[in-house]
Order: sequence, then C-alpha cells, then structure tokens
Amino acid sequence: MSWDSDTRARAEEIIVRYPQRRSAVMPLLYLAMAADGKLTDEGMREVAEHTGMTPAQVYSVASFYSMYKRELGEHLVSVCRSVSCHLLGGDDVLAAVVDETGIRPGQTGAITVEAVECVGACGGAPAVQVDYELVEGVSPAQARALCRWLLDERPGFVIGDDLQARFGGQRSFDWGPAEPVGALGPVPAFEPYGTTGGGA
Amino acid sequence: MTDSILFARMEAHPADSHTLARYEATGGYAALRKALAMPPEEVIAEVKASNIRGRGGAGFPTGVKWGFLPPDIRPRYLVVNADESEPGTFKDRQLLERDPHQLVEGIVISAYALDVEHAFVYVRGEYPRPARRLQRAVDEARAAGYLGRDVLGTGRNIEITVHLGAGAYICGEETALLNSLEGKRGEPRIKPPFPAIAGLYAKPTIVNNVETLSNVPWIVANGGAAYDAIGPEGSRGTRLFSLSGHVERPGNYEIVMGMSWRDLIFGLGGGIRSGKQLKCWIPGGASAPWFVPALHLDEPVTIDDTGRLGSMLGSGAVVVMDETTNVVAAALSVVRFFAHESCGECTPCREGTSWLQRILERILGGAGRPADLDLLLDVSDNISPGLRWPPAMTTICPLGPSVVSPITSIMSHFRDEVAAMIPGAVTAGV
Repeated sequence: MSWDSDTRARAEEIIVRYPQRRSAVMPLLYLAMAADGKLTDEGMREVAEHTGMTPAQVYSVASFYSMYKRELGEHLVSVCRSVSCHLLGGDDVLAAVVDETGIRPGQTGAITVEAVECVGACGGAPAVQVDYELVEGVSPAQARALCRWLLDERPGFVIGDDLQARFGGQRSFDWGPAEPVGALGPVPAFEPYGTTGGGA
Repeated sequence: MTDSILFARMEAHPADSHTLARYEATGGYAALRKALAMPPEEVIAEVKASNIRGRGGAGFPTGVKWGFLPPDIRPRYLVVNADESEPGTFKDRQLLERDPHQLVEGIVISAYALDVEHAFVYVRGEYPRPARRLQRAVDEARAAGYLGRDVLGTGRNIEITVHLGAGAYICGEETALLNSLEGKRGEPRIKPPFPAIAGLYAKPTIVNNVETLSNVPWIVANGGAAYDAIGPEGSRGTRLFSLSGHVERPGNYEIVMGMSWRDLIFGLGGGIRSGKQLKCWIPGGASAPWFVPALHLDEPVTIDDTGRLGSMLGSGAVVVMDETTNVVAAALSVVRFFAHESCGECTPCREGTSWLQRILERILGGAGRPADLDLLLDVSDNISPGLRWPPAMTTICPLGPSVVSPITSIMSHFRDEVAAMIPGAVTAGV
C-alpha cells in the first residue's frame, strides 16, 4: 500500500541528508520494510518515486544486499557462522535454533531464522542477533531459551541489553551503560528508519 | 610512554565515555579549536608527520593519501569506512559505541583540513547500536556548535551524515562503498581513477577507516612528531587488535606495535583456553595467510614484518586456533565467507570461491578425491596466479585473492592433515 503521511515525512527527512536523492535508496528501502514488515513490490515503487529511480533500478539495488528481505516473520534470528564463532561452537548454536523452532536457515515461520557471516562479535563468540540487536556468548541452551521466548511471548520489541542479560554470556568488550531502546521488528533500529521501540 | 590513545577515555570513564559532557571534561574538542586556529595545510602536515598508516586493512599512509586530492576541484567529500565486516574484526564497533565523539572530532578536524563540507560515515547495517551512539554524538556535537553551519564561529560549514549499509562485506572495499553510497549496487570500480581523484559523485573523495580518524584529535593535540615517536618505524602509533578464537582473554587490545606474537597471544591474550597448545593463528583478518608457532611466534607484530613473512596485519584481527582445530573446517568457514560475499562481478572470484567451497565440503564430508589436493591449488592459482604474496590479481578488487589465503595456509602448513581426510590420498609419511 502507498505510504502514509508519517512515512512520507520520514522519507523526506532522510533524503535531505544526501546531496543526491538516489543516495537515499538504502535507508528508504529500510523505511519501506518497516512500513510493510518486509520488502514488497509496492514498497519498492514508493522508494522509486521518492528517489527518482525506476522500480527496476530499485529492485537491482535491493537484491544486491542481504538485509532487504522479501519474506520475514515477526522477528529475525541471525546466527553467526564465521570463523571465530565457528571455532567456539556457532554450528551447535545454529543447530539448537533450528531444532527448537523447526525453522531451517533462510526460512520463515512465526519468525525468520538465518545463518549469517561475521556480525563483528568475535570476542564474544558465538554470537546471535535478534532483529540486528546483538547477543554475545550464547550457548546452545541459551539459544533455545531465546527462541522459546520469542515464539511464546511474541514480544513487540527487543532490547539488546535485555537480550544480552537474559540469554548472553561473554562479551567482546564492556558495553558500557545499558540503552533502553531496541528494535520493533527485523529492520535495524536506527532513527528515522522507523523501527526504534522501547523507552524507559 | 604513551600506550593508550584511543581507549584511554573509555577505560577511565566506563559509565559515560560516549557522552559529550564526559568528552569535553576530558579535553575533548580542544584539538578541534587548535586545528581551526591553524591553516589547513598545517593540519595536513601534522598528519603527514605522524606517519600514521590506515587502519582499515591496506595500511596506506594517511597523510600521503590526503595529498592526492587535486587542488582545484570542489566539492570534495570525506567518507568514513565503518563497514567493519572482516571476520575476526570488532575494534571499530568498540570505538563507535564507547567513544563516538573522538571519531566525530577526528572527522571535523579532517574535514576542515581537507576543505570538505560534507562527510559520510558508512556503518554496516548489522551495527544499529554503534550507529545510534554515533548519531547521538553527531547530534550533540551539532547542538554544541562543533558541527553544522558556521563551526565554532569560523564560517566553515561541516555536516556529517550517518549511513547504514545493508549486509554486504564487499562495501568495505572503498570503491564499492562509494557506489553503495551513491545508491547503486555495491560493486567495486576499476582503479584508476582512485577516489582521491574521482570518488563520490565523481568528485575528489578521501576514504578513511574509523580507527584512523579517531587518532586525528590526538595527533593534532600532541603534534605529528609525538605520534611518530611511538612504536617502530613503519608502524607508528598505537594500534587496536581484536583477539578471538581459542584464546583465554578475547577482546580488543590497544598496543604499541613491535611486541612479539607470543607477547600478544600469550601475554595480553592469556594464552590458549583449557591448557591446550597453539596450532596456528590468522594475524590480520580472514583475508590474511595464517601463521604457525614454529615459524612466527617470536616475530614482531609490525606492518612490514608481517608483510615480509607473507601475510598482513590487515584489519588487526587475530584469530587463534588450538591443537584440536580441524583446519579444513576452519578454512571452509573462511572460504564460505568469501563465496557468500563475492559480488559476482569478476568471474575468477564468483566461480572460484564457490568451487573452493565445494571441494572443501566434500573433503570434510569424507568424499574427497586424491586429486583434490592439487585441485585446491590449481583453482587458487586461477584466481591469483603464482600464489605469491602480495597476491597477483585477476579481479577488480582484492576479495578474490583473499579466498586463496586459507587454502595456501592449510596446504603449506597442514598438507598431511588435509590428505589424511581424503580416502586414498598419499601423505608425506609423518
């Protein structure tokens, strides 16, 4: 469906940050996903209209990047399998997630599960992200508990510090003070892309 | 002797090192005031005199890069590469989350020196928390007059846009990053022209890493000569290393280069977990050829020594593997990464990375063939002819040759171990 006035206002707020409208295509694709819960043809048409690109050009860009997804559940669980996580049991974490959810990597049920390459949490391996909010030092048992929580509680948003406290262990470094904001769904929680939720 | 430049504030003030109040209370933005009172050429001269080399991977001298800008073309752009995605690397994440004003000040000083009015920070999409911290710092700095229109009353306008990537390692390659920032697919460009001549929107552009620019406030505050006095020649200043894998104390460490690998892994890193023996390590990110204790443990950790020994410090990611590591499985993890992240533009990389992945998968699955030992090297040779270091290129960017590093590493140091996994393959009889 076409964007409401709030989404259009956010789009304009994003576009003015760049010297050329086309440079806003990446944040606008996130905005489109936040509006529809996933990337849709209608969303890409809106992005095309706002950036002065053709829908085909927008699709060409969207299909290049792994974080623009045509199919998504309520939440996205990404398990890292790159070398540092591999060395410390990332494969077992992925197996636990698949077993607990019954969802294979790259597939979507109530939530989406994927195996991903390095998320930059190598000192806290193995690492998992939920809606791109990081959890470090995750054991297979913790990964199961995390998935159960997502499936049973169906939280409206996820906060990285809470996830880390409940389901994480060893961290790459001291994160410093906790942040009370998190992601409303499987889009990076970065304003004004429209996905930050939570609050004090 | 100075051994902490970048991490000093966050270590002394863990509760609020990311805030403007703490940054100012610990001397922050004094370097900016100092720089704004200097002619821009003098600021550039200090950075040149520091002899700092880029911290993103290639190790190119920052001041020299800055000198490539043509004098008479405007606008110029400054682009900060925060697309930290090299497996094993998590140092820029800590700088962004824990001391974002240090980077913002470095950007504003550099933008002033380079006569740039608009800087961009390209943060990888999987880093929303670091991006939020950075955006907040940018907003705070703008409200305080350090950024935006008429910076500190100088009449200069300097703006920073924080941009989020979307899950493509290739966008850490500077020309792919520029294409991505222009709203295109993140495919690398053929060089030349280099970005300093024709970069973002075909305008002169400097692309620097987060860690590189985070050093700029200290360099301006203390002088390039003071920075140049730290560490061995060719590896000046402090440097962040990300330790991970089977090491007792993983984490980011800021060190003066020149210490031995033994001191880094066994001293700072606390040695190998569970009393195991060290088998090998990756000295500079997934793209780097591996080191082994018998040959490399007492060598100095410097950019040039590591290059002389056939590898690189790259992004400063040290991935440690103990004696229980299945090196074929570890190499497969690295190779699969490059196969997944190949943008598909160049045939040797697009095809070669996935061929190597399939060969390693069948060896690991017990279905390897004796000829696979030579085939691994033959495919690698087609991607990077001669299998030498630094690698020869058949591709536009270095991603292709990077996939060769784990292959040559296991074949030169652990060939018998690979052969032992292949039914009917002949080992050297160890």
